Amino acid sequence: MDGEEDTVRALPHGARAYVLCAVLAGAYCAAPAVRPGAAVPWATTALLAAVHAVGSRVRGRWPEWCSPVLLAGAFLLPPAAAALVAVPGALLARVERPPAGTRRAWRAARLSLAVWAASCAFAALDGPGALGALWALGDAAQAPAGQAPSGATGAPGFPYALAAAVAAALVLGLTATALEGGVLVTADRQSPRAAWWGRLPGSLAPYLVHGPAGLAMAVLWRSPYGPAAALLVLLPMYVCACGFVLYRRESAAHQATIRALVQAVDIKDRYTRGHSERVGRASAMIARELGMSGDRLEAVRIAGILHDVGKLGVPTRLLRKNGPLTPDERRVIELHPEYGDEMVRGIGFLGEARAAILHHHERLDGSGYPYGLAGAQIPEFARVVAVADAFDAMTSTRTYSRARPVPTAVEELRRCAGSQFDPRMVRALTRALDRHGWHAAVTADAPEERGNVPPGADLVPPLVRAGAPDALDTPGAGTPGGAP
Amino acid sequence: MSPAEHPTPPGTNDSPQASGPADDESGDAPATPDRAGPVPPAHPGPGPADVGVGGAPGAPGGGGAPGRPGGARERDEGAARWPGRAIRSASGGGGHRTPYALARLAERHARALHRDRRQRAEIAAVREEGRGRISRGRYGGLTVVAVYGAAGALAVVALVWTEWHGVRQAQAALAFGALIAVGEAIRCVEAPPALPGGGGGVPDPRGEPAPLAAAGALGYALLGRLGGEPASHGVLQAVAVVVAASLAGLVAPLAFGCPVDPGHTARRVLTAAFAAVCFQPLHRTGRLADWLGHGPSLVGYLLVLLALTALCDAVLAAALARARTGWPYGPLLRDELRSLPGVGAAVCATAAVMALTVAVAGLWPVPVLAVPLLLIQYSYRRYAGIRATYRQTIASLARSTEIAGYTPTGHAREVAGLSRAVGRELGLSEPRLTVLEYAALMHDIGQLSLVDPVPAGATEPLPAAEQRKIALLGGAVVRQTGVPAEVALVVERQADPYREQPLAARIVRAVNAYTELVSGPAAGGAAAGAAALRALERLRLATARDFDPVVVEALATVLSRGVYGRPR
Repeated sequence: MDGEEDTVRALPHGARAYVLCAVLAGAYCAAPAVRPGAAVPWATTALLAAVHAVGSRVRGRWPEWCSPVLLAGAFLLPPAAAALVAVPGALLARVERPPAGTRRAWRAARLSLAVWAASCAFAALDGPGALGALWALGDAAQAPAGQAPSGATGAPGFPYALAAAVAAALVLGLTATALEGGVLVTADRQSPRAAWWGRLPGSLAPYLVHGPAGLAMAVLWRSPYGPAAALLVLLPMYVCACGFVLYRRESAAHQATIRALVQAVDIKDRYTRGHSERVGRASAMIARELGMSGDRLEAVRIAGILHDVGKLGVPTRLLRKNGPLTPDERRVIELHPEYGDEMVRGIGFLGEARAAILHHHERLDGSGYPYGLAGAQIPEFARVVAVADAFDAMTSTRTYSRARPVPTAVEELRRCAGSQFDPRMVRALTRALDRHGWHAAVTADAPEERGNVPPGADLVPPLVRAGAPDALDTPGAGTPGGAP
Repeated sequence: MSPAEHPTPPGTNDSPQASGPADDESGDAPATPDRAGPVPPAHPGPGPADVGVGGAPGAPGGGGAPGRPGGARERDEGAARWPGRAIRSASGGGGHRTPYALARLAERHARALHRDRRQRAEIAAVREEGRGRISRGRYGGLTVVAVYGAAGALAVVALVWTEWHGVRQAQAALAFGALIAVGEAIRCVEAPPALPGGGGGVPDPRGEPAPLAAAGALGYALLGRLGGEPASHGVLQAVAVVVAASLAGLVAPLAFGCPVDPGHTARRVLTAAFAAVCFQPLHRTGRLADWLGHGPSLVGYLLVLLALTALCDAVLAAALARARTGWPYGPLLRDELRSLPGVGAAVCATAAVMALTVAVAGLWPVPVLAVPLLLIQYSYRRYAGIRATYRQTIASLARSTEIAGYTPTGHAREVAGLSRAVGRELGLSEPRLTVLEYAALMHDIGQLSLVDPVPAGATEPLPAAEQRKIALLGGAVVRQTGVPAEVALVVERQADPYREQPLAARIVRAVNAYTELVSGPAAGGAAAGAAALRALERLRLATARDFDPVVVEALATVLSRGVYGRPR
């Protein structure tokens, strides 16, 4: 217990007070259920809580996939009992980082409060009434034929219940996100705007699906078919979660493969170790300054990383040669952009990045290679990568020269702007350097470096990210990877 | 593709030309012209400048010449060293009689082991030659005719019956029909593209490509009540709705020129009919209610029935795939079954939930329950997309040695395609085939660390220690990629004696050696067919230590079929 107290101390006081308040509020909400004489369907509560607990264990990385269970609880139970449904699952789910006790308590409190709010909202919208009408209809089905209600195919209660369910699910999502934003603000000291507004749209989207699923569970739960049928609703949700997890894993593997392409270059040309990665980072800095975002930003980054991949085609002896190159040898080395273009030709998604690989040694005045393009003929990505490449070449140590300090390099770039480099790109780099500084440290050998490979969070579709891991679990969530 | 290009292993040379005409009629050759034969025309001389720079306008002229690593002279030396190599290694390097005799013994043993297998392949080849392209053997033709005939007859009967008696409960028919049609229209059409240029890539088994339509069809077939009233559509109306909606759903893909698989529609009709036959009569006569009541045990019955239906569907799918590709039935069925727990389970669960919820609450829940399936389809489509990109990136990494001039152009792809075919022949499952394919693609990557290229990129003639060093370096590179660790292991172990290797590494080693022997400078003068024969003979002679006799015989079987891989 002492050890845990120690680690808790790492949390700021504000955050601890916040968590404590949440726990107390959760306990207050759930209290009516345990008061003697309260009419609580304990069997339903226990069964739902058990299902939720198992579900959150099954896919520990993303326990939100089984939030339809919580919603079904919110629809079926009085608010106080519904708040209890979330508790065992939250307490039992895996915790990846200390302080485990605090995290568990916080999760339980957050989920309980959210479910309580959703249940209240559903009750306020008279959802239980609509559900009751549906069950009456279902029971009528069991009655002997002849007294089946007329117009049965258009059960009038369902659309209304559906609307109420979606509203309640949104309340659940809204409450959970708002509470979590509070932790991000108090523990991670994020700006309230980023903590709340930035996350809201993405985290609400999955609840638009979970609400109807929860309603289907609730309808089936009280139908003659019973809880067994209701649990079947969860299976598609689980498969869906698996699909997104698979996607995430595969795209991480893909990023690693791109890195391997670069490391294959490093095998041949030891002096450029880390160069590719730094160029990718600098390219992304420039591109962000130019207002690019999303896929294009990613493409620039990959273009920067892969720009020298054609060096694989240059004989190793030449790359490692000490001393001046003969004109013939120079011409061979100057083939590398074309080799690179040829190599990545099969990779469909690269698109513009391929042009950057082919043209990153063109100069603005047309004296570059391989095609001698000039001015606006040179693709934009290639102009970005050319500046980033030159900048890193100057600021790092090579066989033929010592590393120069950043201001000298920038001055040199400015001098060549217009003849060799696009002045717009040079200005963008200068601005970016002023704003963020330049970290030459490379993480090429660290397996989980973030400069080069976008962190998983960038790749996760909103559905997975939403519902969002507790802030306490991801203090790093605030540092969106990529260029510093 | 002339018959002369087809290698025929010594064991199957009853009719050396038999495989030629049959393959020309297989219909696959035009789709993959550059992969049509296992034996490419001999490479005139691999070098970086040949790769594709030549077409670039304004490329510095003559730049390739000094950059071409490994001069012609070196390559000739390699060729001179090459021919005696396999025998020397088989005899333990010393040329003593005893190990050599052992090698012959092992070889004879292996031949005996696989004689019947070869005979079967032979028979198949002869039969194919005789019957042309309509069917691949009696079995395949019969399967296709039976499945399509049954589905067609059922469809006609159901449609006529429904037309005659009129549609009952038209709202439900319309709602489910619309669901099925939409599901078919938005089905996943993309089989993940094979490696650029082909090479035995097959679609990953991802189960149902149109989960929405499948769930709709099964849900309608298992619909017992409708918002409180008993449902009055019978088996034949259920089938008719499925048929009509599936055909309607195919209009959109056809209009956009997407490929349409009629086998799929046939399977859908048959499985829906099966489910309906097992449920509707029992339900309408009230027997089901007598036995099981209306409660949870009905859910159990539905689940068992759905599981059976899924099994039948898998069997049908595997049979159709076998008829189409000629691959062994067992692994195909295993792959189909393995894909069931994912999307297949979700489809079955949704179908059951749909039938039960509609029974309680009318038709409104139908679109609501469809949403998770849509998300599943979306997520798996994205997964397929990233997987295809990933494959392309691996292929690019594999080509790096070719562009660097270490290996002949197309070598990695060729080894990958042939390895995959051999692996399939040996009955490997789909995930293991993927591991094999990646390993084969990247097997030469360790050569990048050499300062000077090996002559013609052929690792097989190198001393064993050198080979092993390259393999280890390659494994180190492969570990950096995101591929499974098994791939790196295979690459690392590719130079070991076969008894110490995992199966995938044995395949890669044998196929690599064969490819180098056939297309390398050693085969320069000989006709392609003769080179293939000689290469196989060399591999057989080295089965004492280097090559697994089982793998070599599987390779021979694959080659005797001509167009190995048979994409689609």
